[in-house]
Amino acid sequence: MSANELPVTDGEAAAPLHASIHGDGPAGADHGGEGVWARAWRTLRRNPVAIIGFVIVAVFVLVAVLAPLLAPYGGTELPGRADVRPTLIPGPSAEYPLGLDRYGGDVLSKLIWGAQASLLVGVLSTLFGLTGGLLLGLLAGWFGKWVDFAVMRLVDLMLSVPSLLLAVSIAAIVGQSSMAVIIAIGVVQVPIFARLLRGSMLAQKGQDYVLAASALGLTRRSVTMSHVLPNSVGPVIVQATLSLATAVIEAAALSFLGLGGGEPSTAEWGRMLTAAQQELAVAPRLAILPGICIAVTALGFTLVGESLREALDPRNRTRR
Amino acid sequence: MLRLIVQRLLLLIPLLLGLSVLLFGWVRALPGGPVQAMLGERYTPEAAAEIEAQLGLDQPLIVQYGKYLLRLLQGDFGVSLQSGRPVLEEFFTRFPATIELTVVALVFAIGIGIPLGYVAARRAGSVVDHSAVVVSLIGVTVPVFFLAFILKYLFAVELGWFPTTGRQSATMIATHPTNFYVLDGLLTAEWDAAWDALVHLILPGIALGSIPLAIVARMTRAAVSEVQNADYVRTARAKGIKASRLRGQHILKNAMLPVVTTIGLQVGLLLSGAVLTETVFAFSGIGSFLADSVFNADYPVMQGFVLMIAVVYALVNLLVDVSYGLIDPRLRRQQ
Repeated sequence: MSANELPVTDGEAAAPLHASIHGDGPAGADHGGEGVWARAWRTLRRNPVAIIGFVIVAVFVLVAVLAPLLAPYGGTELPGRADVRPTLIPGPSAEYPLGLDRYGGDVLSKLIWGAQASLLVGVLSTLFGLTGGLLLGLLAGWFGKWVDFAVMRLVDLMLSVPSLLLAVSIAAIVGQSSMAVIIAIGVVQVPIFARLLRGSMLAQKGQDYVLAASALGLTRRSVTMSHVLPNSVGPVIVQATLSLATAVIEAAALSFLGLGGGEPSTAEWGRMLTAAQQELAVAPRLAILPGICIAVTALGFTLVGESLREALDPRNRTRR
Repeated sequence: MLRLIVQRLLLLIPLLLGLSVLLFGWVRALPGGPVQAMLGERYTPEAAAEIEAQLGLDQPLIVQYGKYLLRLLQGDFGVSLQSGRPVLEEFFTRFPATIELTVVALVFAIGIGIPLGYVAARRAGSVVDHSAVVVSLIGVTVPVFFLAFILKYLFAVELGWFPTTGRQSATMIATHPTNFYVLDGLLTAEWDAAWDALVHLILPGIALGSIPLAIVARMTRAAVSEVQNADYVRTARAKGIKASRLRGQHILKNAMLPVVTTIGLQVGLLLSGAVLTETVFAFSGIGSFLADSVFNADYPVMQGFVLMIAVVYALVNLLVDVSYGLIDPRLRRQQ
């Protein structure tokens, strides 16, 4: 958070200068002595929806990180292989609390390892999208003019193809593996982040505190890096949280379309859901359990993202 | 208005050119290169030589791209590796199915989403309001193919109320002059065929409609809550206007503007995004064919369909912009 605090102090230093011109506070600065983030945090703590979201996300992350300790069996182990017949997939028992799947894997263990796989895909693809979007957005915002034009047309192009098709096309080039899924989902996020960053940087550019900073003789680079960028970060964090939800869902969709690569028995929610298709009438739990895991995880990230968006929205600030 | 349409159509040209460059590059980036991609398992040295000559692979890239563009303009999108038929033909035979599915999904989304969002806004904090929130969260967080699974399992497999797969029962004998199966049944007076096709559309329509339902309900709720607190609504109420007129003329009509745009944007996404739903229900539209082409590494189909879908998407967005100008008098005056 320290990087985000920077413009607040700088903004306050600059405030007297432009306050005499406009009598209006800089966007990033705060007159109550409380930062934007501290205020957002205070709002979030009192919001039950946000708390539910945080709890879901926390449980998900804990399960993912502690998978080796929590899961009774390894992710690739098939402990019940001998017990499974083509006509009989054993349901819940003392040994396998959520039953077996048709490969003889322990469903509980696979769900736990699946959390790890989802977290990995979500975080890595979002980081990929964020980095790419940041680079493109910075490039456009920094150079402006024709670079801006070229970058934004590229972004338009990428957005003109529906995201799932874009991901599928990219996966076709990269090959079938979990890395391909991460790259495909990440690339889909790039134009979204690029447009968002550029938009909010442009909005910041017109702000008085930026004018003040330039008037004080700061170089364009330091204005961009230490004033404009940190102040544009709010919507990006919101989008990143929401894109973690999308990533979990899209990864499942790509698995469903057969682009995940690897063994069909892999401990991954989307793959489990896809494999369960054949046993829908015999053992619906095999589809329902991973489906619920995907939905609840996506719900957690969505709730956190949406309440964060609300908490950071300056329009909601004046109402209290 | 005409000027706006022409302007937007002209803007399509650079978009399509850009896309064609990307797709041209995409085929060349595929593992095994373009020849392998175009031939797939039917790879023989003779066929490879023929394709190489056709694509002009020995010539500079810019010439190759020019040839590719020329073929596209002539409607030659290549041949499907799965079926051996031209890609464009495959697209147009299947497109009516996807349009039918989209219509059902939209009817579902609008028919429930707008009343739900309206009541939720008018009775903020009520049971309806809370259920609207739940509906819009389900649409965003439940993967569409999982929802499709569940619907199929519950209503087709367990209860047997609806057929599990396909566009029409295999036993149904029907003629298809337009490939819109419901419409075909009505045109040829084969009522049972039309009904059968409609029943096949219900479950996939609901699954596909879940996302726009969430978005429409949410947008309607937001727009109505904003409009109902507007000064002119207060004035109208103070004048003692009839409640039904206040609802229809003052609140709903004005709140619908952003909702219409949202719906329009969803149409484009639905037409293209039915890949997962169509696959679950083995519904033979463009989506399931595209999914098959992914399974079978049918690159000509992937390339052609992506381009066609982008064109449809852009055209639908154009229509939305134009209709927006028609329904919002403020925009009409500006032009």
